[in-house]
Amino acid sequence: MSAKSYPGSDAVKANGWFTAHKWLIARRVSQFTILGLFLTGPLFGLWIVKGNLTSSLTLDILPLSDPFVLLQSLLAGHIAADTALIGAAIVLAFYALVGGRVYCSFVCPMNFVTDAARWLSKRLGLSKGWQPSRDTRLWILGAVMLSALGTGVLAWELLNPVTILHRALVYGAGYGATVALAIFLFDLVVSRRGWCGYLCPMGAFYGLLGRASVVRISAVRRDDCNDCMDCFAVCPEPHVITPALRGADTGTGPIVISGDCTNCGRCIDVCAKNVFQFDMRFHNDLPNASVSDESASASTNRHAAE
Amino acid sequence: MGEQSSSHSSAQSRRRFLGNIARAAGGAGALALVVGLFARQAQTLPAQALRPPGAGPEADFLAACIRCGLCVRDCPYPTLSLADMSSDVPVGTPFFVARKVPCEMCDDIPCVKACPTAALDPNLTNIDDADMGLAVLVDEETCLNFQGLRCDVCYRVCPVIDIAITLEISHNTRTKKHAVFIPTVHSDKCTGCGKCERACVLETAAIRVFPRHLAKGRIGEHYRLGWEEKAKHGGESLAPGLVDLPDRLPDQLPDALKGWKP
Ligand code: SF4
Ligand code: SF4
Ligand code: SF4
Repeated sequence: MSAKSYPGSDAVKANGWFTAHKWLIARRVSQFTILGLFLTGPLFGLWIVKGNLTSSLTLDILPLSDPFVLLQSLLAGHIAADTALIGAAIVLAFYALVGGRVYCSFVCPMNFVTDAARWLSKRLGLSKGWQPSRDTRLWILGAVMLSALGTGVLAWELLNPVTILHRALVYGAGYGATVALAIFLFDLVVSRRGWCGYLCPMGAFYGLLGRASVVRISAVRRDDCNDCMDCFAVCPEPHVITPALRGADTGTGPIVISGDCTNCGRCIDVCAKNVFQFDMRFHNDLPNASVSDESASASTNRHAAE
Repeated sequence: MGEQSSSHSSAQSRRRFLGNIARAAGGAGALALVVGLFARQAQTLPAQALRPPGAGPEADFLAACIRCGLCVRDCPYPTLSLADMSSDVPVGTPFFVARKVPCEMCDDIPCVKACPTAALDPNLTNIDDADMGLAVLVDEETCLNFQGLRCDVCYRVCPVIDIAITLEISHNTRTKKHAVFIPTVHSDKCTGCGKCERACVLETAAIRVFPRHLAKGRIGEHYRLGWEEKAKHGGESLAPGLVDLPDRLPDQLPDALKGWKP
């Protein structure tokens, strides 16, 4: 019997433990650092970032605001002051560059919770459970915006588990643990990766932004793929991989183009064949195009190559 | 196979697609309604919760405040906090409870300056113009000054003393020879900071600060006060020659008034 049989074990053997975990480590470092920057003030009186993820002020100069919450406020009928608008513009520009759902994988405090639930469900061998359409979260996003428009108040923010959790962590406001536990149990028992994968309107919002964002995962060496399926096993949104990894025959480029991809980079980590890397969305041409002739949607790139 | 069956199945799948869209849209609409109804219920502010200076009417504030807590952070006192799910105050919004920690009425109003959204109105530059609520002496039966004692604490702690709150002297009907000093709040000047309520020496405060809409009455639009109208019209009555009905006296006159004729 070999010691194999967890996703990424081949990559650990091939590239060493550190290389096979580097993006996971980077993500955890980022998540803890961001939380830490909010906490040095309240805990030690060292004020680096004030406020919380909905709006903050860094080093008394850099304003950052969450465009998702600000959009609700706008629909509720309030035009925010410049500070918040500038803050939201900076945040939008940042995620439009690095990937919309980088918010989910590198910043959001709920990610600790949902990753923990995923880990435990794997340990316990629990089933997938409820698997609604991925579009559900988009409809929920619509409902959230509609409720702000209809009530004239930030209705969703009375319930939003993500902002409630972060506020609880930073301000010590109560019930953060309860909300986290609810999401944890939902993800563990009701629906695997259910909250982020199908429901969270915040993730859906940043996912829409991600449809146009610049930095993307690329399955650039997909010809080396040995079908071990490890990337599918670790990816929180596995449907985004298929077109890029398996697209050689259908004339699809190697870039993971879906906005659902969180740019977490875990596929890069676990691939023993080093198929994946970060790239720009523009580099979506077909490098060694061994294209079949009848392929209908011939890209201009391919014509150029021929 | 062929044309017919494939067009048939594509019609079918189109129908299924439209059905799914309709179902999702219906679900989203229902969710929006539920969230909206929940918000409607959760947005009534309890009487003892006051908003920071510069906050507009509650409905506007709940559209404008994004619950970042920057006002809480920049308040130099432990006055403000963000509501959590255990309180009746809408989740995440800043508030204070006067009896616990009142607003100290900072001259530079740091909370307003910190607000990134203008939920706290940046046009509020003089803290004496703040309108966080209105103090009301709710219980004359326990207020020590009403008993003829000279407590005066609420009056003395008021940051706008002698303007927002005054002591009005009247006759002490119990001792018949002393005066009582009635703490009297002037609604156009009271900022609602809550220092009076905080300072009230009773077990439970006799003077309290409420959000203004709970503390203040309103005369109907059509109502005219005769003497004010008269003053406005240079001493002319609005209804000249109005018949003056005879004043009615109580059936039993007190001793002091025996023999008095109107
Ligand atoms: S989907 Fe929502 S909860 Fe999940 S990581 Fe993204 S923002 Fe956070
Ligand atoms: S005026 Fe001063 S004491 Fe009052 S809430 Fe604002 S910062 Fe706090
Ligand atoms: S600073 Fe403004 S937006 Fe932030 S919590 Fe206070 S009132 Fe609300």
